[in-house]
Amino acid sequence: MTRLRTWWSNPWRRPAFLATGYWLYVIWSLVPVLIAVQFAFNSGRSRSTWQGFSLRWWFEDPDRSLWHDPSLREAMLNSLWLAFFTMLIATPLGVALALGLARWRGRTARASNLLMLIPLAMPEIVMGTMLFLVFDNLYTAIPLGRPAMLLGHVTFSVSYVVILVRGRLLTIGPDLEDAAQDLGASPIAAIRTVLLPLLGPAIFASLMIVFATSIDDFVISAFLSADASSQTIPIKIYSTVRVAPTPALNALATVMLLFTLLAVGLAVLALRVFRRGEKGSAVEDFATLDL
Amino acid sequence: MGQRVVDVQRRRLKPRDRTRALWPGLALPGVAWLLAFFVVPFYGVLAVAFGGLDPIFGNAVPAWNPLEWDTTVFGDVLDRVVNAELREVYLRTFVYVGVALFLCFLIGYPVAYYVSRFGGRRRGLLLGLILAPFWINYLMRMLAWINLLQEDGYVNDILTGLHVTSSPVNWLEGRAVTVVFGLVYGYIPFFVLPLFAALDRIDRSVIEASRDLGMGPLRTFLRVTLPLSKQGMLAAAVITALPMMGDYYTADLLSGSPRTSMIGNQIEFFLFEGSQKNAGASLVVILSILLMAAMAYYLVQTDRATRELHRS
Repeated sequence: MTRLRTWWSNPWRRPAFLATGYWLYVIWSLVPVLIAVQFAFNSGRSRSTWQGFSLRWWFEDPDRSLWHDPSLREAMLNSLWLAFFTMLIATPLGVALALGLARWRGRTARASNLLMLIPLAMPEIVMGTMLFLVFDNLYTAIPLGRPAMLLGHVTFSVSYVVILVRGRLLTIGPDLEDAAQDLGASPIAAIRTVLLPLLGPAIFASLMIVFATSIDDFVISAFLSADASSQTIPIKIYSTVRVAPTPALNALATVMLLFTLLAVGLAVLALRVFRRGEKGSAVEDFATLDL
Repeated sequence: MGQRVVDVQRRRLKPRDRTRALWPGLALPGVAWLLAFFVVPFYGVLAVAFGGLDPIFGNAVPAWNPLEWDTTVFGDVLDRVVNAELREVYLRTFVYVGVALFLCFLIGYPVAYYVSRFGGRRRGLLLGLILAPFWINYLMRMLAWINLLQEDGYVNDILTGLHVTSSPVNWLEGRAVTVVFGLVYGYIPFFVLPLFAALDRIDRSVIEASRDLGMGPLRTFLRVTLPLSKQGMLAAAVITALPMMGDYYTADLLSGSPRTSMIGNQIEFFLFEGSQKNAGASLVVILSILLMAAMAYYLVQTDRATRELHRS
């Protein structure tokens, strides 16, 4: 009782209702997803009534399981293909752009910098419409479907890479690079031998983040996809979730979740290694990142 | 000695001259990419909005030359937005987004505040948990709720079990409540994070000063923390409202009825279902103008706030 009273009269106590609110929020935001994952293992057809555990919808069902249904498998392969190549193209483009914009001064540089930031603020539907109309009417050599989707994904991913890499460039500062040049390295050699190794973790994090955002993207993919053959996992979820879904769809969503979380986890890990000995945590870095 | 300094400086200057071409050169591929796949497409939307339609196939015939721009369709769409049936869609979108933002504030503020003020040693974990939804696919989160909101789903089980409703409610048939709920659920992470960043920047000593001067926790919050986080709330509102305004899949998945259709649904309809691509492009132009105005307001506000901060 006295303990309760001292707790109550402590002017710096943690307000209990705030803690309760926080944990309710976390439960509300995460538990539905966990339930959706659980239903991927349902033994019955229902996605709302639990009928026991099975791997039926993963590979046991000969027609409609994730492993045997060709449309689900295709969605998975399309998503991975797209994410992989987006990662390979967008990361070098973004790293070079970040390096260039960090040192290049002048009006053109400022305009380019602004241009790079706009895609981050733009609603996806606007960007999707823009890209759809331009591939439909002007760049007709590039067919809608996977080629157009790849170009679209690279376009929105480049800005993420620039933001991530530039943040690191600012903390590294110009000193080491200057030192390399004073010791006789050419500017390109200074970038190659000094900057790029220092940027390594940030570049790795960029690769992972681009992979995750590409896997997660729905709107740009949906606007640029031609037909069923270029469906990705999010498009597949969108088109079947209200029509004829089975728990195999939950299994598909679970696979996507695992890929994203794996990629993001690796990115956080890379940034944490990089920051060893510095203040703050990698998670906080992510939180204050202007995504 | 002096000669050596000059030597070193000269050696430093020479590579710098060569660098001048290096940095733009590095930026060039990225800038070219953005020009080809961002600036040109942006202009393409204008060209389609002010262009014509192929009478047989209904394909867009973009007018790339601004001198040939034809504003009839754009004017017609704008007129329907202001006076006729599209006005309802716009108003509905504003109401949904407004209510959703308000709910985001009610739910998100305490969460962001708790982590920034009382996170303590577990701060990383607490923050990680509110960051997680960011990396869970939006459609998967909607899928999760579609499962829960089925007629025989857990939500109805709980509601009938508690005798809140006597029979299961079909939540997924054209209900505005469900759509707004979906918007809140989907976008609230975008609200919490910028707010957290803003609350985290508030100088602790200001809060302690207020407490030392005898104000209680509630008054300290209302008169110190809340006003100091105004800028963060504005940022959070803008960052959340922008994607919400262009959302079409939430309404589609959680309701699918024209009674709840938003601007995004109308755009999607014009572009893909009806063959009125120039009308769709016109709607996109109108939406972009609205959002740019909101962005401009936000930037002016932040600019003013920063200048006031520097003055004081």
